[in-house]
Amino acid sequence: MEAGGLVAAPSPPVAVRPGRQSTAAWPLADRIGYWLCWATGVALCLIAVGIVVFMLVKGISYLRPALFVEHPSASLHQSQSGGFLDPIEGTLIITAIGTLIAAPTGVALAVWMSEYGRPTPLARAVESAIDVIAGVPSIVLAIFGLLVFSESFLGFLSQNAANGSVYGRSFFAAGIIMSLIALPLIVGSTREALTQIPDRVREASYALGKSRASTIRWVLLPSIRPDIASGIALGMGRIIGDTAIITILLGFTLTTQGVGHAPVLGTLRGTGSTLTSYVYYNSPAGEGNAPQKAYAAAFVLLMLVLLLNALVTRLTVGRSSNRVGLLRVLGFWRLPWTR
Amino acid sequence: MQRRSGRREDQRAERTLGALAVGLLVLIGAIVVTVFVNAWPSFSSNGLSWFGPGGDVRTQLTAMQDSTPLPGHSLEYFRAWPLIWGTLLTTVLAVALALIVSTLAAIFLTEFAPPSVRRALEPVIRLLAGVPSVVYGLIGILALAPLINQHLISNGRRESVAGVVQLNGADLTTATVILAVMITPIMVALIAGALASVPAPWREGSMALGVNRWRTIVRVSLRTARPAIVAATVLATARALGEAIMLSMVSGGSPFAANPLDGLTFLFEPVQPLAATIVRQAEGLTIAALAHTVYAMSAVLLVSAALLSFAGWAAKQPLKRYGIRA
Repeated sequence: MEAGGLVAAPSPPVAVRPGRQSTAAWPLADRIGYWLCWATGVALCLIAVGIVVFMLVKGISYLRPALFVEHPSASLHQSQSGGFLDPIEGTLIITAIGTLIAAPTGVALAVWMSEYGRPTPLARAVESAIDVIAGVPSIVLAIFGLLVFSESFLGFLSQNAANGSVYGRSFFAAGIIMSLIALPLIVGSTREALTQIPDRVREASYALGKSRASTIRWVLLPSIRPDIASGIALGMGRIIGDTAIITILLGFTLTTQGVGHAPVLGTLRGTGSTLTSYVYYNSPAGEGNAPQKAYAAAFVLLMLVLLLNALVTRLTVGRSSNRVGLLRVLGFWRLPWTR
Repeated sequence: MQRRSGRREDQRAERTLGALAVGLLVLIGAIVVTVFVNAWPSFSSNGLSWFGPGGDVRTQLTAMQDSTPLPGHSLEYFRAWPLIWGTLLTTVLAVALALIVSTLAAIFLTEFAPPSVRRALEPVIRLLAGVPSVVYGLIGILALAPLINQHLISNGRRESVAGVVQLNGADLTTATVILAVMITPIMVALIAGALASVPAPWREGSMALGVNRWRTIVRVSLRTARPAIVAATVLATARALGEAIMLSMVSGGSPFAANPLDGLTFLFEPVQPLAATIVRQAEGLTIAALAHTVYAMSAVLLVSAALLSFAGWAAKQPLKRYGIRA
């Protein structure tokens, strides 16, 4: 403001917010409501802080550098059950496969919906299809995946059992189904960003003789890169955090078990674990039951997810108003009141 | 010349992208058809009583695993009521709890919170939404369940149901509380978004008439945002219904139908919802009868999710009337 100098900067329209009004004059019931609101807000903060502190304390107290480089092994003693090198590898592989499939598909679908969208009934159907995919529990997608990848013609994506049946569980299978849960997020963020580009930008490009396709490729997509990136980061967060698909489609071997001798392809056709399935395995609900390992791995997992969250926040903050930002980061673009 | 090639390029791009869109529809169709075709044997051999009560789910599933039919029944014999009851209980209770909490939190976020507090609360909600369900499950089973087990379940209560079920803290309360924490962020985000988009003149008009802020919020803002609250509830229900991993971790692994006739003890009895059961049976899917049963459970979840997403769409329609673009 001091730097305003000679020309007074036009002040932005100030949202009318009544000043802090004393609640003393309110009826008792209203005051109770007011304080309940405060209590809930504070309670939510406390829960979040509680979760982070709890995981931090438990995680750091059980985390050893050696855990990152040792292979896991099944053992009754927590001191002999190794680290989580393989699960970390698994998480990276699954995230890579899922993102590599979901990102181009998601962007392409969003472009089609917002730039072409003909015939209209088809566009509506695709819109609700994406809604349905976003709403279907991931466990159901996983079950569907198991059925599909057990078909004999998809045997090259996993391994054949001795009796000729297809196992249907592999990094490929899990990664491909994972791409489905990331898809709605990427489509949502891309589409929302595309609809916010004013039409004059497109018209200017057409006026210069560019075709629609090249306008999309060289004008529209480059201008929404941060939105696409935040959609992808959100999708990655979803993939990293999902356990249901892993437990059903990755075969649940503790270590990465390749098929045959092909170096990369063999691993991808084989089974393994990820950080999420490792936590599940080592929790009291799983077979390993080694809480210390579970805490340590869960801590690493939480840090990964928080890192991605922070990335998304960085990408979105300053590009939209704060409240819309909150919705965005949670992955809701398609709802009417966010537009 | 260049123009024509541009148009051809355009057509090609549109066709390619359109094909992708059609592919997505085919995929949805494939999901529905595959799941139902594989679920059919279980439904057809049990009829509508598939949804009904009768017998112990665990013995039925074990019978399928061992391929030895229960005496007097076919191998596919299955009565899912305890699981459906578990799903209903956890979902309804968690959504009810989350609805109250998130409405209050959304009001706080949009109306009362000073800017500094709001800046702190938004990352908090993001964080709660971002924590993976397996971490929630771990916290539930290793922190909350022992706490409830030690402090809330008295020995008398434990003995009162000792012959039927073992109370160990992995119970309805733990499941509900954690599930509520998991779905609260979505609901807060949606309700806060709707509250923020209530036209300011409406609230100002109310306040100009001397109505205090709280009443204005309740009478004007909340009422306007009602469709959004319904939509948020529906979305959160879908999320709660499909939550598998966390519930499978805290459900104690026993498909028990918690009985409301047990009084308060009811809250400390284990439950196991449908989705959690699917996770627990995941390893036995090579056995045909068990697989059919599990696919039948998935089919139920799939239909519920589809119905809920339709309900969510229907709930949002009234917002159009307020001129909020839909």
